[in-house]
Amino acid sequence: MSRYSVFAVAREAFRNHTGWQRAWRSPEPKRRYDVVIVGAGGHGLATAYYLGKNHGIRNVAVIEKGWLGGGNTGRNTTIIRSNYLQDPSAAIYEKSRALYENLSQDLNYNVMFSPRGVMMLAQTEHEVRGYRRTAQANALQGVETEFITPERVKELCPIIETRGPRYPVLGALWQPRGGTARHDAVAWGYARKCSEMGMDILQRCEVTGVTTEGGRVTGVTTTRGDIGCGKLGIVVAGHSGHLAAMAGFRLPIESVALQALVSEPIKPCMDVVVMANTVHGYMSQSDKGEMVIGGGADGYNNYTQRGSFHHIEETVRALIETFPMISRLKMLRQWGGIVDMTGDRSPILSKTPVEGIFINCGWGTGGFKAIPGSGWGFAELMAKGESPLCAAFGLERFREGRFVDESVAAGVAH
Amino acid sequence: MLTLTCPYCGIPCDETELAAGGEAHLKRFGPGASDAEFEGYMFHRENPKGVHFERWRHAYGCGKWFLAARHTVTMEVFGTYEAQSTEPPQEVRDRITARHPGWTWRDFA
Repeated sequence: MSRYSVFAVAREAFRNHTGWQRAWRSPEPKRRYDVVIVGAGGHGLATAYYLGKNHGIRNVAVIEKGWLGGGNTGRNTTIIRSNYLQDPSAAIYEKSRALYENLSQDLNYNVMFSPRGVMMLAQTEHEVRGYRRTAQANALQGVETEFITPERVKELCPIIETRGPRYPVLGALWQPRGGTARHDAVAWGYARKCSEMGMDILQRCEVTGVTTEGGRVTGVTTTRGDIGCGKLGIVVAGHSGHLAAMAGFRLPIESVALQALVSEPIKPCMDVVVMANTVHGYMSQSDKGEMVIGGGADGYNNYTQRGSFHHIEETVRALIETFPMISRLKMLRQWGGIVDMTGDRSPILSKTPVEGIFINCGWGTGGFKAIPGSGWGFAELMAKGESPLCAAFGLERFREGRFVDESVAAGVAH
Repeated sequence: MLTLTCPYCGIPCDETELAAGGEAHLKRFGPGASDAEFEGYMFHRENPKGVHFERWRHAYGCGKWFLAARHTVTMEVFGTYEAQSTEPPQEVRDRITARHPGWTWRDFA
């Protein structure tokens, strides 16, 4: 597979772009692989990539029901940050953020990582205290964040109304190396490298069952035939409970819809990501000029990938108070994804009751930022049976009461 | 918008009038329960891609809790019933069976 470079662009320019190759193969399924990953989203593909790159396991298939990166990877608001409260979270999210810094070079694929800075507004006294605490915790964890004043907020993002009557901005938690990346490119970049390493990405291949023998996984049945495997990784976000039921165990997960929307494109007006967790809204501006807006999740279980109108109203109402200039913007598109929520709002990267099956889920409303770190840690867990990055995120933490409680630190919006 | 009928008030309520309370018919184990039983009660959820039994509260109405049977993909509602029920009434079960023969749920409690 040819390298992407400025010379390749120039070469192709001279021959009418006839020399570009397919970014990944679409092979027929083999009968058996050493490792099968279910779910070709960011997390699944990153897992496969680091299995090959870090652990030399290349007889791998990544199975996808729909199309590559068509689930939450293609539906999120692309925010990357690592300003979490607990040490295990900071470790995996900061690993992830650090990997994003060089991901384009690593994958030879421009993921458009833009460390433009992420600002989490404190709009109540409670939030001020909370974020000051997070800033201190981050300092100890080696995550670069600081608590900034309302004046600095206004300087960094002039379109914020900091003296609003209902939700005045009292300060913010600022992570200067947080930002955004192009979500599709992350999935495509990983897929291209996986394919280059000889891994099979099987799209339109739905898993219909998991076969086990004596408490050990032997393979999966799919709409494209039976596929045997030595180890199985389930990385399917909102559908984790569905897959776990096939494998015969239950999960502490509930699936709800989370939605996002974008406006018509406008001239550049904000060059940071702003999150307002008190009012459940967050916003950034894409390179195309669209304002990318996210809000709260539905309060009840569903798999509709749709979202509901009153949540849009809540989100937009809140954001208009914080950003009065967007009040006349037209919204272009709205969509929803199914997020997998755990009780402590932290992910699950774990072995399961079935030997040979590993599960990576529970990223809830904030999985995109974690893709490289999650893939790194989960690949290590699958290859070696243990990983320091994943150690605190085992399924047994619920039985043992060792939560990694991020529900306060993360709020609703991620 | 999701509309559920409050079984106490007998009126249809928009979801903005209601507060969702998660999965229904969870069995709470008493003193002497095993860790696994308590873990199941506290954390494990059916989370089905299909028929779901759930708790709702008529928050901006009578304020009472009630239960509902709903499909998590089609959002079809099969009926609502009082929170004191240990299992769904027969007419709700019949309505589900008519639409989704072969539906399952763990033990009701």
